[in-house]
Amino acid sequence: MNEAYRYFLIFLGALLIYNILLIRFIALCPLMGVSTQVETSIGMAMSVLFVMTMATTVSWVAWNYMLKPLHVGEFLYIPVFILIIAALVQFVEMFIRKSSPPLYRAMGIYLPLITTNCAVLAAATESVKPGFLKLNVAYHFSLPEALVYTIGVALGFGVVIIVFACIRERLETSPVPHAFKGAPLAFIIAALLSLAFMGFANLLGL
Amino acid sequence: MNEETTGWQEFRKGFILENPLMVLMVGLCSSLAISTRVENGIFMGLSATFVLVFSNIIIASIRKWTPDQIRIPIFIVVIASFVTIVDLSLKAYFPPVYERLGVWIPLIVVNCIILARAEGYAYRNTVWNSFMDGLGMGAGYTMVLLIMGVIRELLGTGKIVLFDKQIISLGPFNPPAIFILFPGAFLTFACLMALLNRYKMRKKE
Repeated sequence: MNEAYRYFLIFLGALLIYNILLIRFIALCPLMGVSTQVETSIGMAMSVLFVMTMATTVSWVAWNYMLKPLHVGEFLYIPVFILIIAALVQFVEMFIRKSSPPLYRAMGIYLPLITTNCAVLAAATESVKPGFLKLNVAYHFSLPEALVYTIGVALGFGVVIIVFACIRERLETSPVPHAFKGAPLAFIIAALLSLAFMGFANLLGL
Repeated sequence: MNEETTGWQEFRKGFILENPLMVLMVGLCSSLAISTRVENGIFMGLSATFVLVFSNIIIASIRKWTPDQIRIPIFIVVIASFVTIVDLSLKAYFPPVYERLGVWIPLIVVNCIILARAEGYAYRNTVWNSFMDGLGMGAGYTMVLLIMGVIRELLGTGKIVLFDKQIISLGPFNPPAIFILFPGAFLTFACLMALLNRYKMRKKE
């Protein structure tokens, strides 16, 4: 397989075909929590992209140069990765607060939430352990591949959360059955969107 | 209130009043993803309950010596240790189940239910109450998983298979596969929540 085509497939797979929210159900809590307004959704999507890319880079290095050579990866990877993510979030928060106050005001409140965003841990775990993609069933990602994969996952998260927020803003004013008001309706929308994303299945043999 | 009734109430509230999935809306991801089969629901529910109960006990018993500023990292380390125990035991004793649940086992660490109970309950309450709270929350979580699993497996495949034995069969008909696919999870959950809302509204009237 051509090298560039490989990267393209990894990216597309992570972004659309195995979309992290609608096809794999990871990170639904932020989807339900912050997707009530378009503006906050954009803030969340940006923060996730930022933290996720950094977390995967650090986790990949930690796995390949520390955990694997020492043969402790199998039982230490969960605490190590989650601590990496928690520390990174804290560090990024302090850094942004000092260097760019406007950006901090835009992203600030979402940053602490990202620690418990399952998507970050999932992306970090899957970049080092053979995962779900047909491309890497028995094969470990190299660092650039892991990065491409993570950016795809994060963009997939962002696209869906923004589309979702647009629909929900419209629904605020429309008449719906009483029992379905609020969260149940959000799940119905998710079901329809998920149905749409299923159309990507088997695209390019993925 | 005396000690016994409180313990029982702590246990009971996780079922309906404060059901982690339907009312508090935490820990949704895992419940939707793995409820395609009843069997998955049983294992996932038991794993989460185990982690919930033991992390609640540990956190409640060290709460007097936990500095406020670094409590979150401490909680996470405690939770991560128990998740590792579950991860390795499932891998050793039930490899097929482990393969099916996949990334969801490590993701119990960031399952909001557990951190939310640690922060919101166990950090401020006695060991006994935290134990009951963890048990109740775990039972509520497992219950919803089982209901979703039964609905989705029965409608999606036409039968329920438990530990390689067929329990119920709907006879020969062509099951709508959408229920075990992804949109089915959202639809089932939305309908369950709407039912609960209706029940609450009826009660108010």
